[in-house]
Amino acid sequence: MIRSGARPELKKKRVDHKKTQFAKATYKENDYPHRLSLYDIPPTAEISLEEFETWAIDRLRILAEIESCSFRNRSPQETVAHLEPLLKKHMPLSNNSAAAGGQVDQRLRDERKKDHYSHWILRLAFCRTEDLRRRFARVETMLFRMRFQQDEGREKKAFIDSLNLHWEVVAEDEKLELSEHLLASTPGLRRIDDESFFKVDWTRVPELVEHRGVYLRKGKAYVPMRDQTSMIMTEFTRNLEKALELSSRALPRMDEDDRLTPILDHLSKNFATPDAGFHDSESSLPGAPINAANVDNLSQHFPLCMKNLHTTLRKNNHLKHFGRLQYTLFLKGIGLSLEDCLVFWRQAFKNITDDTFNKEYRYNVRHVYGDVGGDANRRGRGYSPYSCQKILTEHPPGTGEAHGCPYRHFNIDNLTSMLQATGVYDRDVLKGVKEDVEKMRFHIACNRVFEWAHKTEIKKVKDENIWGPGELDTIVHPNTYFKRSYLLKNLNSIPKQDVKMEDT
Amino acid sequence: MPHAISDMEADVPSSPPESTSQNHDVELPAAPEATAATTNKVALEDIFNDEVSDSDLLTSTADIPSSPPTAKDNHRGQDVASARSGQAESYSDPSVMLQYYTRLFPFRPLFLWLNASPSPSPRFANREFAFTLSNDAYLRYQSYPSHDLLRRDILRLNPSRFEIGPEYSTNPRDRKTLRKASTFRPLSKEMVFDIDLTDYDDIRTCCVKANICEKCWKFATMTIKVLDAALREDFGFEHILWVYSGRRGVHAWISDKEARELDDDKRKALVGYFEVLRGGVQGGKRVNVRRPLHPHIRRSMDILRPYFTQILVEQEPFLSQSGQDRLLQLLPDKDLNDALRKKWSSSPDRPSKKKWDDIDELAKTGVSKNLDTKALLEAKQDALLEYTYPRIDVEVGKKRIHLLKSPFVVHPGTGRVCVPITCGGDMKRADLFDPLTVPTVTELLREIDSFGQKNEEEQGTSQEDSNRHENSNQKKVLDWEKTRLKPYYELFNGYVNKLVKSQTTSLKRERDEDGHNGADAMEF
Repeated sequence: MIRSGARPELKKKRVDHKKTQFAKATYKENDYPHRLSLYDIPPTAEISLEEFETWAIDRLRILAEIESCSFRNRSPQETVAHLEPLLKKHMPLSNNSAAAGGQVDQRLRDERKKDHYSHWILRLAFCRTEDLRRRFARVETMLFRMRFQQDEGREKKAFIDSLNLHWEVVAEDEKLELSEHLLASTPGLRRIDDESFFKVDWTRVPELVEHRGVYLRKGKAYVPMRDQTSMIMTEFTRNLEKALELSSRALPRMDEDDRLTPILDHLSKNFATPDAGFHDSESSLPGAPINAANVDNLSQHFPLCMKNLHTTLRKNNHLKHFGRLQYTLFLKGIGLSLEDCLVFWRQAFKNITDDTFNKEYRYNVRHVYGDVGGDANRRGRGYSPYSCQKILTEHPPGTGEAHGCPYRHFNIDNLTSMLQATGVYDRDVLKGVKEDVEKMRFHIACNRVFEWAHKTEIKKVKDENIWGPGELDTIVHPNTYFKRSYLLKNLNSIPKQDVKMEDT
Repeated sequence: MPHAISDMEADVPSSPPESTSQNHDVELPAAPEATAATTNKVALEDIFNDEVSDSDLLTSTADIPSSPPTAKDNHRGQDVASARSGQAESYSDPSVMLQYYTRLFPFRPLFLWLNASPSPSPRFANREFAFTLSNDAYLRYQSYPSHDLLRRDILRLNPSRFEIGPEYSTNPRDRKTLRKASTFRPLSKEMVFDIDLTDYDDIRTCCVKANICEKCWKFATMTIKVLDAALREDFGFEHILWVYSGRRGVHAWISDKEARELDDDKRKALVGYFEVLRGGVQGGKRVNVRRPLHPHIRRSMDILRPYFTQILVEQEPFLSQSGQDRLLQLLPDKDLNDALRKKWSSSPDRPSKKKWDDIDELAKTGVSKNLDTKALLEAKQDALLEYTYPRIDVEVGKKRIHLLKSPFVVHPGTGRVCVPITCGGDMKRADLFDPLTVPTVTELLREIDSFGQKNEEEQGTSQEDSNRHENSNQKKVLDWEKTRLKPYYELFNGYVNKLVKSQTTSLKRERDEDGHNGADAMEF
């Protein structure tokens, strides 16, 4: 059993020892009347070290799975379907109605206790760095949202009522007065009588505001009852972020006896990014002629996003900021040296003077390579090349911009004509791409094109057993696309040993 | 439009030939820096028929009664003279800029604005300033406890322009002494919007890139109107300042307390609220608004509709083949499109307005058997939005740490001062604004000089602004009052005063609520 000293120190503040020394420890067991919780009260009961670890690991498994779903761009429905069995196995959390007579029984209480404690343990593990905090808050919010949406209507209402959120209900006459606007700004609502509204500062429902899903007047948002989810999510994230920040400050002062720290360390390390990270080893293409003059030639191995950037660059002799960034990082990733990269850009920007280039562009390229900039940037040798995930989700291209992913950001006609222009004329492939894109599975579309373009080579390496299945995994990084394409097309010219070496 | 502006500036002493010759200036695109010298020579000769006497005037700056001679002034005057004797001036001429900062730049109003109160506070002291020096070096993380120190440093560094960043949690100058880098973070900044006319390049046919004219400035005016209305009515902001960026853009600065304190997520949401056009031209249909139309979209369309007709006439967006194809791409009905294409192919020069009207006319004749009139109407609404709705540079608004050029800075490329366009929801003013008549720094300096000369001539006779000199002849006419900067200066001052006042009263109210007496509240 863990002694009190090992418990989160947040608890200590709440207890006035003088008064409670002989009192009954009322804080000891939480009652858990609701399935969901904003986790605002820290756990106070004692648990064993083993429970401490296994509960945390179970929750971590779920969170890691949620994160990987979001990286793969799965839709919410797909994510739910994927997680359902896992949740049932590792972190079941039942509705009150699951118990006999709707009364919270011991089983429910245990489930909720595990949920509660594991959340708080992971808070300790993930409050250490800004990055971990951000990711933890993000996936916890996703988990919470998923559970909230599945929650049963009546219980959901009871839970919300228990939160005390101070929402001002819109009076009937005001509602009627604004009915036209309210109807127009609430998607799917036909009759004003069907819905009741409450008003809050717009800053409490940024999600709704961003998508114009709510009526705004003088800084107040008129939120329909059913959009509470958005508000509760915001509330949840806000609470959690604040709490994590506080925990991180309290952590060094935690009275810790070398038993929890190793566990927490271990946990936080296991939350490694499943994001297709880019490793230096991935770029090594021994003997490949990668230099500024050869980029045009190499571009036949580029994925569509980079081909698009390349052709746009050649056509306009210019690229806008995010295009330059995405492309420079990619070039860095394929192993183009900084000197060559600078030469490449200088030559590509035909319409500007050396002076302008040195003033406006040179620094950025060097920054990307980690040649200049802050200490952290230099030590990390600049940023890593963008993965598909990043390209798909960040900074959608605007007017005159060529970055992003053509599968996602082009409409189907433009995409098709671009594919045809790059030599993809097979009708089945184009049809498959269209279907993939409609299902928002952009990376599958890209992989489909890759497999078609390299079908003979892939068959060869499969038949001759040169490459293991691991080498032919789904591509989720433009640099992987390039490297695999290059290797496949140069199977004969590259000594077999090299390929073998990568296998191990 | 320039006509209207000069009405507004009726009390500004500017010689009549100058204001008429401004129309010459209108024809001239903003010259890139490299060629400024030669182009300007021609332009300036047009504008000021006697350049020789002009430069004489500048040399004799020190003799002008309105600015009493001091050793420093004398020195500066010579600087200017020597700099100008070589060749025609350039806008980034350091001595011209130094003169401008010394005599015209409104440091105190700028301080009051950023500080939102007359007593010094971290809102100003921890605020980042970033300078672009004349050798193009970029100096970030500068901060100053007061406007005097800011002024002194600007006179020392003489930047070609400078930008304003957020207020940080600690003094930006001390950021490296902090033990943990994470304790240095932005706290607050005015909510800003950045509109750049190059974002309209796929629909404006009159100009490209950095050039602008009266026609495409309409896009900026439309943007101001749409955003201003929404920011006021929907978000309840009051202190919104619209500033001309000096060349081809507009900046909005929202200084309400609530706006300054928005975090990055809220800023993103706010910017998202205004985002209607998504994706590039490659992405197909760019406007996909939900039906029924959100009240913001509906109101925006009401504002934009009259402009759309003007845009059709002035920009002729559907005249070219590609423009016409783009329009057809936006319409839903295939049969109707075929009919339209056929009709237009016979008269390739058909104006855009006619083409737009053709859509409804042909639809009525029933060329398409199963025409969905509702879909057509919606497609037409979407098209209207695509050709008129504001296009905002979203990245600038999303982050607190983003720097934005300060108002009243001189644009190094055009020499024009980044003057405020309007504030307080005065859309008439926005209508009247003409970027091409905005004074350039060299014009302003000359106006100061010619004002002094005129005064000398008028000495003894009744003066137009004698009421300002009422009690003593010694009372100075401030330099900015002698120039065309005056109306802009007054606009800015009015805006700042209102902001300061509202901040103090809200402070007072807060204190009253706390049970304190507000009697000792600050007065101005």
